[in-house]
Amino acid sequence: MLLCVAVAIVRMKDLLAVVMLLGVYGLLSASFFVTMDAVDVAFTEASVGAGISTVLMLTTIAMTGRNESAPPYKHLLALVLVVMTGALLVYGTMDMPYFGFAEAPANLHVAPRYIQDSMAEVGVPNLVTAVLASYRGFDTFGEVMVIFTAGLGVLALLGLAKPPKDGDAEIDLLHDKLHEQHLVLRVVCKMLIPFILLFALYVQFHGDFGPGGGFQAGVIFAAAIILYGMLFGLSTARRVINQPLVLLLSGIGAMLYGMVGVVSMLKGGDFLDYSVLLSDPIAGQHLGILLIELGVGITVASVMVIIFFNFAGRIEYLQRKRSRDKQG
Amino acid sequence: MDVIISSIGGLFLLLGGIIAIIGGIGVLRFPDFYTRMHAAGVGDTLVTGLILVGLILQMPEWLVVIKLIIILFMTLFINPTSSHALTKTAFQNGLLPVLHKKEEANKGDAGPSTR
Amino acid sequence: MLIAATLAILVVMFLAFIRGYIGPTFYDRILAVNMFGTKTVLFICLLGFVMGRPEFLDIAMVYALINFISVIAILRYSGSFDERRPPGNRKSIGRDV
Repeated sequence: MLLCVAVAIVRMKDLLAVVMLLGVYGLLSASFFVTMDAVDVAFTEASVGAGISTVLMLTTIAMTGRNESAPPYKHLLALVLVVMTGALLVYGTMDMPYFGFAEAPANLHVAPRYIQDSMAEVGVPNLVTAVLASYRGFDTFGEVMVIFTAGLGVLALLGLAKPPKDGDAEIDLLHDKLHEQHLVLRVVCKMLIPFILLFALYVQFHGDFGPGGGFQAGVIFAAAIILYGMLFGLSTARRVINQPLVLLLSGIGAMLYGMVGVVSMLKGGDFLDYSVLLSDPIAGQHLGILLIELGVGITVASVMVIIFFNFAGRIEYLQRKRSRDKQG
Repeated sequence: MDVIISSIGGLFLLLGGIIAIIGGIGVLRFPDFYTRMHAAGVGDTLVTGLILVGLILQMPEWLVVIKLIIILFMTLFINPTSSHALTKTAFQNGLLPVLHKKEEANKGDAGPSTR
Repeated sequence: MLIAATLAILVVMFLAFIRGYIGPTFYDRILAVNMFGTKTVLFICLLGFVMGRPEFLDIAMVYALINFISVIAILRYSGSFDERRPPGNRKSIGRDV
């Protein structure tokens, strides 16, 4: 079914339908990961790939335009090149060991060490969190930096969307219209948003024991704020969520991660070696994982909120300009 | 006792699966958006309720039961709300339901029920 | 019984996807995606029970919330949320909005 969805995405010209089908593709991938027993990956795919990506791409399409223009000629040479590259890649994978093969090198040296020794060395029941946060903590640091750089890139390219100084009466009129038309939606969302925030906190701190962790929690937190911003209007959301605070928080999260590494260096260990943080190495590992997951969650949530407010601010500006042109 | 409760849960699961397929066929075969909305919205919520109750009756441990109850309540809030929002937006943007039979639509495109 | 319900939900997911591909108007496609999402929530719950790993319920909860937020986002940013348009021909509704 993934193949059908992929073909449908390529063939359709209406970009809104394409975005929805991308959401469907993300969902199917998440279900596929669930059948392969990879729970953390499925969690991240469901929240990021099928949720936040859809919302952010929709805001982009609302700004750029809805229909894809037909290409002037058919790119046959490109098709032939892509098919040949794909065939070569598939031919290359034939030499690899089978899926789950017990004698594969990855399963002989690395995986048994993690499976057998991680409980004694790190003490965290969820093996994936132990590998992600402790054994490969430096790679996760790189991931957080990538997300932070993405937020910086959006801000550098599009600038800070400043709230308008004039037109408060227009915004109030828009909000009254939204309020009278979508009362049911607003009331239900007001009831749901506290639970979504609470669920985000649960996922953040439960990452040691079940699927979860910083990335997924940050995305869910941002999703709650995005829901509020979509339904109650951006000016109300800006009054609730202070913009400079969010910008500061995105930096603080990445810095928290780096500071944990520096503190462990100052205490005599290597960079990001959590065993030296406290007197008991296992407790030190727990503290280190807690702090870095918190840093990851804070950065991811604030970067998503920044990107959303930036895009949505432009959309509101365009909509107001359009309605003003229609009236005057 | 446990076997009886588990088999009643299995019955709920089977019923949920059958109603899901009926709802899916309905979404494909109904003639209009609003009728398809009925099939999808009502069918979805009912199927979710039945299947989650069936899973609760399989007697897992108490934390799993609490999580299933939370998902059930969340779906009971969320599904009707999104159906309402979708239908209201469609209606306010001028999509009208098919009201007359197909023979009367041959009178021309001026009527509200064109296909 | 669990496996029968899982297969039934899988069939319905495929039917919803067909409606999403065919659906003549834009709202049919949103309907299909919403239905696909709800069925995925059930699919993940059932898979968790079939494979004996109840941690999947967290994913199902996240997915239910994300599905709701995605549908609201689609409605909000499709240019048709806060306007009233006059009733019109069904064909133009499907292409325009």
